[in-house]
This record gives sequence, structure tokens and C-alpha cells, in this order.
Amino acid sequence: MPETEKVTGSEAVMKTLIAEGVNLIYGYPGGAIMPIYDALHGYQSKLKHVLTRHEQGATHAAQGYARVTGNVGVVFATSGPGATNLVTGLADAQIDSTPMVCITGQVSSHLLGTDAFQETDIISISTPVTKWNYQVTKASEIPKVLSKAFYIARSGRPGPVLIDITKDAQFELSEYAYQACTAIRSYKPVPTLQMSQVEKAAELINASKKPLIVWGQGIILGEAEQELQTLIEKASIPSASTLLGLSAIASDHPLHQGMVGMHGHLAPNKLTNECDVLIAIGMRFDDRVTGDLNRYAKQAKIIHFEIDPSEVNKNVYVEYPVLADVKQSLQALLPLIEENSHPNWLDEFKQLRKIEDEKVIQAQLSPTKEGLTMGEAIECINKATNNDAIIVSDVGQHQMMSARYSKFVQTRSKVDSGGLGTMGFALPAAIGAKMGALDREVVAIIGDGAYQMTIQELGTIMQTQAAVKIVVLNNEFLGMVRQWQELFFDKRYASTEMTNPNFVKIAEGYGIPAKSVSKRKELAAAIDEMIACETAYFLEVMVEKEGNVFPMLPTGASVSDVRLS
Amino acid sequence: MEKPQSFTFSVYTENNLGLLNRISQIFLKRHINVESINASESEIENVHRLTIVVEITEAQAIKVAKQIDKQIEVIKAFYHREDETIYRETALYKMPINCLYDGGRVQELISDTYASIVNVSKDYFVIEKTGKKAETTRLYNELRPFGLMQFLRSGRISVTKEVMDISSELTKLVS
Ligand SMILES: Cc1ncc(C[n+]2csc(CCOP(=O)(O)OP(=O)(O)O)c2C)c(N)n1
Repeated sequence: MPETEKVTGSEAVMKTLIAEGVNLIYGYPGGAIMPIYDALHGYQSKLKHVLTRHEQGATHAAQGYARVTGNVGVVFATSGPGATNLVTGLADAQIDSTPMVCITGQVSSHLLGTDAFQETDIISISTPVTKWNYQVTKASEIPKVLSKAFYIARSGRPGPVLIDITKDAQFELSEYAYQACTAIRSYKPVPTLQMSQVEKAAELINASKKPLIVWGQGIILGEAEQELQTLIEKASIPSASTLLGLSAIASDHPLHQGMVGMHGHLAPNKLTNECDVLIAIGMRFDDRVTGDLNRYAKQAKIIHFEIDPSEVNKNVYVEYPVLADVKQSLQALLPLIEENSHPNWLDEFKQLRKIEDEKVIQAQLSPTKEGLTMGEAIECINKATNNDAIIVSDVGQHQMMSARYSKFVQTRSKVDSGGLGTMGFALPAAIGAKMGALDREVVAIIGDGAYQMTIQELGTIMQTQAAVKIVVLNNEFLGMVRQWQELFFDKRYASTEMTNPNFVKIAEGYGIPAKSVSKRKELAAAIDEMIACETAYFLEVMVEKEGNVFPMLPTGASVSDVRLS
Repeated sequence: MEKPQSFTFSVYTENNLGLLNRISQIFLKRHINVESINASESEIENVHRLTIVVEITEAQAIKVAKQIDKQIEVIKAFYHREDETIYRETALYKMPINCLYDGGRVQELISDTYASIVNVSKDYFVIEKTGKKAETTRLYNELRPFGLMQFLRSGRISVTKEVMDISSELTKLVS
């Protein structure tokens, strides 16, 4: 037996993080996690810590980092309010399958259950929003529990894990013995591929006259972008993305039909109810994607490539599931797929695209009225970045506009809060994205409402010099809610109008160059200036106050009942 | 619409602190009321078993079983309809001592229902009855007029009717 050294629990945390390949942590200190921060101080050369301005910001930054790199995002927070501030980010990461490990300090084990200062039962609170969580009360458990945490967070369908460590365990000395976790007997991260399912899927795809692919983030998480593209091209299948799948295939790929769902593109939504075979890949039939389930693709045979058995038949009945890691299943599928073409079927997409162009897109991109549109601002960003920026969006109209109008040439370029729709996500997530992809342009597109939910993270930018480009599309409204009020609540604008501060001054207060534009002739130059800037930059674009996002599927409508105005 | 019926979930787990909470939250999230729950060891060493009874539709039961199965420390989750299991619940009835001699009706009930007296003291005595829920409920209704002092029914324990070699399947999983 080799001699093992005795280290404190806190040092065991550092050593295990390094062994797991971590080099970046987002967090915020406090009483119950001070021993861990103290140990961190001695490991600064290997573990960079970014002090965010709120623990929620730390979670979103870790998510942004995880989404662009595929690595596990790591967060530290103290007990009590520090831990409860993580809940939104955990819920967001859980519903969007983002790998994250949060480590919280906890009061000493002899105080558990006494309502000690800053004691909160974060294990109970975080249970429904974590893939796994665990409370450590002995230093000796730390290497094993943490390596298990990383294994769970990143394997299979990824997700967030929370490890709560009591303060006495952080101080306690124990022998450090690390071994990477590679299996857990009660956990099967990836179902075993069944060739019969793949063969059946190939048969259906080969026989299909009107196939449609809808892919989701599973493609990106499973690193199956190339396999998807080969499939699409080989069988000439029109394909559309969910919000979180965007950028997996380049936007200008001729078979890319845009986005499905509530504010998705007309053609793939409408033709979901015309296709004969619907091929769902790494997506989960979210209600924002399907609209009314009773009128969703009823005519189609549905194939579902999925890693998580609990997603099969959850919302949509699927006769042909292919349960496996998506890269593996697509690789098995490809040799069975025959080359094909579907000119008439593709023509149907073209025609609907033309209608959408004329009735919706032109008014956004070449507006004739005075007010600036969100679409034209986004188009300027595309041009200034050659379609090659990482676009991090917040939640609201600007999010749907950036999903619709942003263009991408490489994968992992679109970061959104999809399932949870967390306002306040973008600014911290953009910081994480930039730190994960230093050589890429990162542009955060944020609404004036959402910006103010995590605006304090400008301080993080100031301190770390993260060169994030921040674009606030200011309509002086909580626009998405206002749009619903206009369309479904008789224009009764209850609490959606915003009196906003001088955003330029605020950014300048943090030492960030800033500008505000409201005229069309200034827009492109302002965006060019922002992109050319080497440091972080803030740009406010004053857009029309009552612009709406179309097309739209009102709640309860079928995908074929798209509203264009 | 499919009607709700009684389903028994058999969940084989690691003995992990907090797992019971995690599993009950799966029901809570879907607004499903848990009728009874029992935790015990199982036929396999170091594997625990939860038996959970709920009223839901079969469509829901399938989805809930998958959600439970997905939890990291759950080894395997099964669900069964009432008619697929052999199950028992134990009920205890605490009765005032005087009714034991009052006309003999209570004694008759005890012997008719194959219940038994497990404890007698100066003021009260305790009846135990094991059986299906309907049987323990029937006895409850019969005893109430005699001044039932306390009543408690245990969580359900059940085994499948089908031979269904869960053990060997599980042993494969855990070895
Ligand atoms: C934390 C949180 N609170 C409330 C909402 C509900 N909500 C969704 S979009 C929206 C309005 C967003 O307004 P703004 O950020 O100004 O963006 P816009 O829609 O105007 O582009 C609101 C309030 C939410 N998604 N998240």
C-alpha cells in the first residue's frame, strides 16, 4: 500500500477538483464555506475562482461555461442564503440538461437540525432540481463523493449535482485517496443500443416520402453534429431545430428549415402535421415545441432517438424509439440509410418560407416604419461577426428574435435558458461562455427587464475583464408579457411598463465602454464599434416599444395553426 | 379517459439518506397522493425495498415508474396492478376492555375475521388483523360502535403473483 497523506477535507476538495480536470470555479464565500475558500487560496495557480456578484450569477456563469465547452461547470456557495440563491440555476440546469456541480458549505454536523445560524436544509430544497445531491459530514467521504458527483453530472443525460459539506468535515483531517468514478451499480447512464430499433428506423426513413427531422440539444450534448448532417444530406431530409439545438447545423445549410415551436418558423411547424415520418433526435417534445398534443403529428410515424428512457412516450406517443447515445445510434443508422431526394416535399417548405419572408421577416429586417426592430439589430450583429459569434440570450421577445434571426456557422454557439425561461440568465451566462471560449466573440442579447435581474454581474466583468459584448434591446416594456396582454388580455398592460435607469451611465460606472442608439443610420456603425472593441462593451438599442414576435402559436393551438400577425 | 386504479410500486434501492424524500417528491410534483409507503430490506443483501401504493391511471404509472427508475440510487422500479400482487396490510385496533365481555359480539367479530388479540391490560386490549385493505376497513367499521380508542394500518407489503424472477434480474444489476 502506498503511503497516503492526511489532508483537511477542504484540501481534499481542491485535490479532487483538480483530478476531475476542473480549473475554473464560480462562487461566493461565506461563513460555512470559509475553510474551503482558505484552501482554495493555496491552489490559485491551478484553480481560478471567479467571484460573481450573486450566487445565482455563479450558477448561470457555470452553465454558460458548460454549454460552450461541454465541461462540468463548478460553483461554490455558503450555507443558508448562499445555498438557496443557487436554486434557480439548479432548476435551469436540470431542465436544460447542463452538467454542473455545486458545492455548498453547511453548518457543522453537531448543529444540524438546530436552526443554527445560516442553516438551511439545502438537500431537501434542491432534491427536485438536481440529478443527484448528497450531504458530506466526514472528510474521508470527500474524494469518493465528489468524483461520483462529476461522473453523474457529465454522464448520460447531463445535469446538476449539489454536494453539501458540513464545516467540521471541511476542517477534519483524513487520508486522501482519490479514484475516478466510472460506474455506479444503480445507475445506467446510457441504454444499450438495440440494432433492431435502428433497423426499423432506417426502414421507415428509407420508405418515407415526406420525412422531417426535428433535432434538439441532444445532438450537441452527444457531439453528434457531423452524424446528423450526414443523415440530413444523405437522405435529403428537411430538418429543423428546437431552441436548444440551434447552431448544431450551420444556419445557411440548404436543408435547415429553422426552428420549431411557439415562435419557430412557419414551414417546419405547419409541415409537422403533413410529414409521413417525424424523426425526433435528442429532443423531448416540450409543450412549447408541440402546441396541442392532440393535434401534433397525428398522421406521422414517429421515430425518437433518445438517451433518457423516461422521455420516451412522456408527451407524445412514439411507436419507434431508438434508445441509446445519439452519436452511437446515428452512426449505426447511417450505413442503412439510402441516398434519396424529396424535391416536391422540399418545395412545400420553400413556399411556406416565402410566405413567412413576405409577411413577417421583411418587416423585421427591412422595416419601413421609423422604430428600430429587434430583427435588424440582430442582423447587424450577424454581419459584424460573420455569423460566427456565440449568442447568449435572455428570456423574452429578444430571446425569440435572436433565436429566429441570429445565424451560426459552428456548434455550441447559442446559449439559452430554454426549459425554465429564467430572466437574468444571459449576462452571467455570457461571462461563463466567454471564459470557456476565449477566442470567440460572445454577444449577450438581453431585454431591458431581464438585464436588471442580474445587472450586478457587470461587477464580475469589471473585475475579471471578461470581454463580453452586451446588447440590451430596450423596448421599455416587459415585452413578451406585454405582447400577450395585447393579444389575449385586451391590451390591459398590467405592470409591464418599465421606467429604466440610464444604462450607459451604469455600464460606465463599472468601467465598461457604453453607447446607446435609437436611429437606424447609427445602428450598424455602433454594432461594428462594439464588435471591434477589445474589451467588454455595452450597447443599448432603443427599439420600437410595441413590437411583436411572429409567427406565433398561441397556447393550446396546434402547430398547424400558426399566427403570422 | 382511463380510470385511476390502485398501483403498487416496488422500488429496489441503495440505502441512501434522502432517497425516500427524492422518490416522494416525484409523486408530489405530479400532484399524486401516496396512500401508503413501506420501507424494508429486500431478498438481496444491501438492497432495500420501498413499497408504495397510489391511485393513478396506468398511463401515469408507466411514466412515474420511469421517473423513479431514473434516480441515481434506484436499482430498479416496478409497478403492478392490484390483481398482479399478493399483498397484506396489518391493522391494530385498541379497544376499551369492557366491550370484550359486553354480549360477546366483539369476540365473535374477532374469531369471524381471523383477527387476534395481541395484548390485554386493565383498561384496554389490542386486536391485530392482517389482510387486504377492504378487510381491515370492514373490521374497523364493525368495531367503531364499541368505542374504538386507536386505529392504525401499516404500509402495504406485497409480492408479485407472477414468478417473475426479480431477484436474479436484480442480482445481475447489482453484481
Ligand atoms: C425570473 C422570471 N420572472 C418572470 C418571467 C416572465 N417573463 C417572461 S418574458 C418576460 C418579459 C421580459 O422582458 P424584457 O427582459 O424586457 O424582454 P422583452 O420581452 O421586452 O424582449 C417576463 C416578465 C420570467 N421568464 N422569468
